[in-house]
Amino acid sequence: MVMIAVLSCFVLAALAPRLHSLTGRQTGWLLALLPAAIFLYFASLIPLISSGETVRHAYQWLPSMAIQFSFLVDGLSLLFVLLISGIGFFILAYAGRYQEGHPALGRFFLFLLGFMGSMLGLVLSDNLISLFVFWELTTISSFMLIGFNHEDDDTRKKAHQGLMVTVFGGLALMTGFIMLGMAAGSFELSEILAGPSLTEHSLYLPMLGLILLGAFTKSAQTPFHFWLPNAMAAPTPVSAYLHSATMVKAGIYLLARLHPTLGGSASWLTILTLIGALTMLTGIILASRSTGIKRVLAYSTVMALGTLTMLLGLGTEKAALAAVTFLLAHALYKGALFMIAGILDHEAGVKDFRDVSGLRRLMPKTTLAAMLAALSLAGVIPLFGFIGKELLLEAVLSGSRWQLGLTIATVTANIFVVLVGALLALKPWFGKTITTPKAAHDPGPALLAGPLTLAALGLLFGLMPAIPADYLLRAAASAVYGEPVSGTLALWHGINLPLMLSVLSLSLGLLLYRFWTGWREHTIFIERLSQFGPEAGYNKLMQGLVSFSTWQTKTLQNGNLRHYLITTLATVVLLVGWAVLRLDKIALNIDFSGLQLQEVTVVGLLLITVLAAVTAKSFLVSVALIGALGFGVALIYVFFSAVDVGITQVLVETITVLLLVLVLYRLPEFRQLSSRANRARDATIALLSGGLITVLILLVTNASSMNSISSYFLEKSVSEGYGRNVVNVILVDFRALDTLGEIFVLALVAIGVYSMMHLRTGVLPVTNADKRHAVQKQREKSAKTGVKP
Amino acid sequence: MTTLMAILIGCLYAAAIYMMLRRSVVKLVIGLILLSNGANLLIFTAAGLQRGVPPLIDKGQQMIAGAAADPLAQALILTAIVISFGVLAFAVVLIHRACEVVQTDDMNEMKGTD
Repeated sequence: MVMIAVLSCFVLAALAPRLHSLTGRQTGWLLALLPAAIFLYFASLIPLISSGETVRHAYQWLPSMAIQFSFLVDGLSLLFVLLISGIGFFILAYAGRYQEGHPALGRFFLFLLGFMGSMLGLVLSDNLISLFVFWELTTISSFMLIGFNHEDDDTRKKAHQGLMVTVFGGLALMTGFIMLGMAAGSFELSEILAGPSLTEHSLYLPMLGLILLGAFTKSAQTPFHFWLPNAMAAPTPVSAYLHSATMVKAGIYLLARLHPTLGGSASWLTILTLIGALTMLTGIILASRSTGIKRVLAYSTVMALGTLTMLLGLGTEKAALAAVTFLLAHALYKGALFMIAGILDHEAGVKDFRDVSGLRRLMPKTTLAAMLAALSLAGVIPLFGFIGKELLLEAVLSGSRWQLGLTIATVTANIFVVLVGALLALKPWFGKTITTPKAAHDPGPALLAGPLTLAALGLLFGLMPAIPADYLLRAAASAVYGEPVSGTLALWHGINLPLMLSVLSLSLGLLLYRFWTGWREHTIFIERLSQFGPEAGYNKLMQGLVSFSTWQTKTLQNGNLRHYLITTLATVVLLVGWAVLRLDKIALNIDFSGLQLQEVTVVGLLLITVLAAVTAKSFLVSVALIGALGFGVALIYVFFSAVDVGITQVLVETITVLLLVLVLYRLPEFRQLSSRANRARDATIALLSGGLITVLILLVTNASSMNSISSYFLEKSVSEGYGRNVVNVILVDFRALDTLGEIFVLALVAIGVYSMMHLRTGVLPVTNADKRHAVQKQREKSAKTGVKP
Repeated sequence: MTTLMAILIGCLYAAAIYMMLRRSVVKLVIGLILLSNGANLLIFTAAGLQRGVPPLIDKGQQMIAGAAADPLAQALILTAIVISFGVLAFAVVLIHRACEVVQTDDMNEMKGTD
């Protein structure tokens, strides 16, 4: 059933374009039925999973390589599956209306559903290899979706950037996975997690580094955070789905998943908390400086991802619970806020905070959803985001290291989060009404259902935190922590330090909101700093890559046949020659005994012929010498028991000489074209290659030869091939199909030769009809002028 | 005899490569011919040289009683001779056409693509 859930997304994805042309306007709702069904099926597993059970399905894929399609449903994957399918339901309905009328909407659905399937596969996979395959599939579908408006040059560049960064991480991840599988002795996550912690393993550090590289690039951690805001070039439903609620959390999922096996070491704690805290601050400060609505949301997503990484780095029981709670809260409000950003664009035509104000009377329902979601983001009581923030502060305060530093960082980040929350909750809706490019109004249910439901869930979970805690979060936190987690969620913890810090950040954040414009003007230096940032580094790297490949293409692929030959031959001579010289014992088969006079004569004549052919000044002489050479070689065949070969050689050589003389006799005589230095260089390469061949033959013929299959042909020639000339039997019986192929090749050559002979320069082949026409014209002309043709 | 053949084949290869590195396209053809002769002899020598024992089975016999030259190598060379003739014929006609069109046999001047 789990497998069907994943595969059905891909099947529906393939059918989506066709379906779209049939059902038109309502396709979004229709397709949304699939995630709804998946959501309901997995929701039915909640009682089982929350009691601490797991569900596992395995299907053999490549049993010989220990790769199987295996799926694991536990608290963590269930939380993700419900988010993916639940938000996916609203996104599909939303996208159907948001992108309505787009000529490629069917294709859009294809990518979106394909992404959904990959993401489900990623969080459900129990096998590292299949997890990696789904991981890369999400990268590819993300690329397709970011670059959906591919006519735009800038969009293509941004899609490319996201792809490069995440694929680079994916490569590292694959290596890390292989190391992990080798270290743990299994590629099944359930077995790896049940096994001992690997923090003492000799491969631990490289393994951790590579896996973290994969997770950090995917989840946009500093210094790889730059691709995420650029991914906002995607249509808004994509941003809402991939780049806030689901895909960017894949890295977080991986860290959470592997925490029981890889977590707990000093390096894990150091790297994750520091990078996480750095990402958190970078993200939110950049968010506070941006004005584009989607860009602010994107940077605040970077902040949330950093927070999650930091919590997973701390790795305590409290931190695990805080992480899953924060993750759920973030998915709910960020999904809603992105969809609202899309509504503002779609219904009012605004993309920037500075262009919008006082829309609450025109869009009351949107305002309500936006305020609920934004207040949850800001962590205002009684919304679910408040609980998430309280848990975050508690986890940081009770962490094992750097409590003070991390607390200061978290509170600082929270001040800016409040600013961003206030921007989203107040700026577009209150104040003086600015006329928007489009007449603003509340959208229909397809666009509004998602934000309203997700925002309302944020309120519901905030008021009744026991619901998510008992049914989902505790099981998820247990999977992250590795042991059952007992904590519970409550809205009111009494007046304590986290609450006071919350109040502090709330008031400072609101103060900052008052002076938002001033803050932006005074922090303009950050803009200047960014030219030394990681994105600039990425651009430099890409430019370097392009100019390097231009250089190497010009050098190696210069289009000069002789240079290719020289390069290839020199490489062969050097490598093979080196290998020969490295042999323990160079035993050359030098043996001049038993030579017969006629053989020595022929070989001697051949040597002279070759030398003369090379130095010949005229083409005809050269051809004559080549003919002589061919006949000499035929004699050698005859001397050494190859009668048929000898006869064939004589025949072919005769035709070759005729052909050369007939076709090439009109060509210019030989000229001295190359310089003396070039000739010396070519002669050196030629002599070295020839010498190498000689040495190789002497080596090979001295070595004990392998068992030839020739004895089979000699034995079976009469009994099975009914022929006494074994060579002939091989050609026309044992290997008859090869001979047929050879005949086919010759036929092709004949056609090619014929057509080239008849193809006149710049003129199409002359047909008989053309000829008749020409003759007719000639006759008419001569009849007129009275001259005989 | 193998030693002598090895030297001959080495010379054939060297001559072929030298000719293929010339700028004249006609010399390239001659290089090709030399190369295919060298390659055929290489296979022939590698299979083992034997005098006077062609792989022919006498009337009334089921198989050859004593030693026999390797029939497989001979079959391979037979095929190779015919195929290299095909390649040569095609190359010669192609070169002829090319020289007619661009009015030169110097490969350095045959650079354009139109």
